[in-house]
Amino acid sequence: MEKKLLTKYWHDPNHKMLDGYLKNGGYAAIKKALGMEPDAVIEEAKQSKLRGRGGAGFPAGMKWSFIPKKTDKPKYVVCNADESEPGTFKDREIIHKDPHSLIEGIAICAWAVQSHTAFIYIRGEFTEEAKMLERAIQEAYDHGYLGKGICGTAFDLELILHRGAGAYICGEETGMLESLEGKKGQPRNKPPFPASEGLFQCPTVINNVETLAVMPWIVLNGGAEYAKLGTPESTGTKLVGISGPVKRPGVYEIEMGMPLMTFINELAGGMIEGKTLGAVIPGGSSTPPLTPVQCEQAKISYESLDKLGSALGTAGIIVLPDDFSVIEAMTVIARFYADESCGQCTPCREGTGWLYKTMKRIYAGKGAAQDLQMLSHISAGMKGRTICALADAAAWPMEGFLRTFPEAFQKAVTPKQAR
Amino acid sequence: MQLKPETKTKIKALLERYPRRQATLLPVLHLVQEDFGYLSDEVEELVAKELDIPRAAVSEVVTFYTMFYREPIGKYHIMACHNLSCTLMGAEKLIQHLEHRLGVQSKAHLGETTEDGRFTLTRVECLGACGEAPMMQINDKYHLNLTIEKIDKILEELP
Ligand SMILES: Cc1cc2nc3c(=O)[nH]c(=O)nc-3n(C[C@H](O)[C@H](O)[C@H](O)COP(=O)(O)O)c2cc1C
Ligand code: SF4
Ligand code: FES
Repeated sequence: MEKKLLTKYWHDPNHKMLDGYLKNGGYAAIKKALGMEPDAVIEEAKQSKLRGRGGAGFPAGMKWSFIPKKTDKPKYVVCNADESEPGTFKDREIIHKDPHSLIEGIAICAWAVQSHTAFIYIRGEFTEEAKMLERAIQEAYDHGYLGKGICGTAFDLELILHRGAGAYICGEETGMLESLEGKKGQPRNKPPFPASEGLFQCPTVINNVETLAVMPWIVLNGGAEYAKLGTPESTGTKLVGISGPVKRPGVYEIEMGMPLMTFINELAGGMIEGKTLGAVIPGGSSTPPLTPVQCEQAKISYESLDKLGSALGTAGIIVLPDDFSVIEAMTVIARFYADESCGQCTPCREGTGWLYKTMKRIYAGKGAAQDLQMLSHISAGMKGRTICALADAAAWPMEGFLRTFPEAFQKAVTPKQAR
Repeated sequence: MQLKPETKTKIKALLERYPRRQATLLPVLHLVQEDFGYLSDEVEELVAKELDIPRAAVSEVVTFYTMFYREPIGKYHIMACHNLSCTLMGAEKLIQHLEHRLGVQSKAHLGETTEDGRFTLTRVECLGACGEAPMMQINDKYHLNLTIEKIDKILEELP
């Protein structure tokens, strides 16, 4: 049922320590990579067709190939460990159980793009996780997997763990760069893209924790081998998190393309006693919800969820029981994005604020029929017009909820006497 | 008021590691807040001097990030997640229980502090542990799969 590439040794409590990691074959991939041409490593990443696991799904190998080869500037690798999209908790699991895979993946990426300084940007609230990573990084330095001349080669690599301080928007890659530079985490206009002008205006690769942590497997087994798994458009395996009233919530690694209901019923054990499935948010709170009927058709892949009008996003599945109000769910989601908008762009600042205010009113039973048109109208005006995708991330679920649960919304704005 | 000598040493080490001075600001503010509990005007001034960056650059950052406090807070900062997965698993009831038990109002960003200065009760957004909802963070520690009984026990056992 599960397909364990990344999670193969997670049952081993020693795997998180260097000793255990080495016993399980750890750091063989970076040694292999260091014996290859950097371009050949990028080629393996491309062949794997691995798409970035932070939510946007951009092909990782292609991103690496955008880093200029000839430049006088230093190059940087930044690992995005900000994990803040509601419903998402897979990167935390990687840090707890497999910190060295992440460090090794970062080293592979750094070699591939010839960078000598890497950062892990970890959300500020992950204090315990920061300590775990700090310890693993120290072990890696002590044994020559980081620092001057890693693995006995002439290649130097510094890795700095950098803690955020509580701001969702720092998960957006250019907000993250600003934050790393010691500023407010306000996203930058693009272009220029980070590959040419990123951290301190230098070429920078930014990848999610999961994207980097699976790289050792890809280097050891070959990109083509990875691409054999999953579906043609969604290759490989994916860490999928599931929360809500199911029997076994948690993170599972599966081959892409698994039917959603198989995942929910067999891996997560189905709904807890007395609860019935009402809706599923498949990939973090910015992805539109699916009805139970849609869930029957859905597979866990980029293309299947796109086709159903939703998205794989971060693959953080949130299961809503049918006795939970979808109006309340959407109000919570709207509150989140309103709270986290950094305020630079008017459509986002105003739009997220209005969506929340209106949803709050409807949830309080004080909504009116015209509120529904207003919600659609505001959402439409927020998309594709802002510096970063937070505005879109707020508009998608709003449109999705309206589209998927029209009766619930109609009922919510109908005066009680008239129902 | 002065920065502790140990903190100054740590800052020096950070300045050596980072490619630019200002890039050390977040780690430095974390260190300094640990020493003083919160970041007063005076502390901001000290940080600006130590890093040799404008005072405004420091203030801007302190106000932007929710984990930097501009006023004293309780000895224990309870951050109760009220995002979707936690709400689905009963977070609102737990937060109401905490409000009742502590006699304070919870709020986003920074909630009220009990009169004895022991507890501050803040509502926070998803803390990335939704599989173990409902959950809350007290200072650095995550408390997971909570029930009212568990919360009572946790609070009673705090020193
Ligand atoms: C508002 C917003 C928040 C984001 N938060 C995260 C996050 O917490 N973690 C993450 O890896 N990517 C996040 N992203 C995506 C990043 O901008 C970026 O695409 C990603 O880190 C690239 O890595 P990948 O290609 O390996 O996925 C966010 C994007 C937006 C627009
Ligand atoms: S879209 Fe929203 S969060 Fe993104 S930069 Fe604009 S205001 Fe900030
Ligand atoms: S919703 Fe509470 S930890 Fe994610």
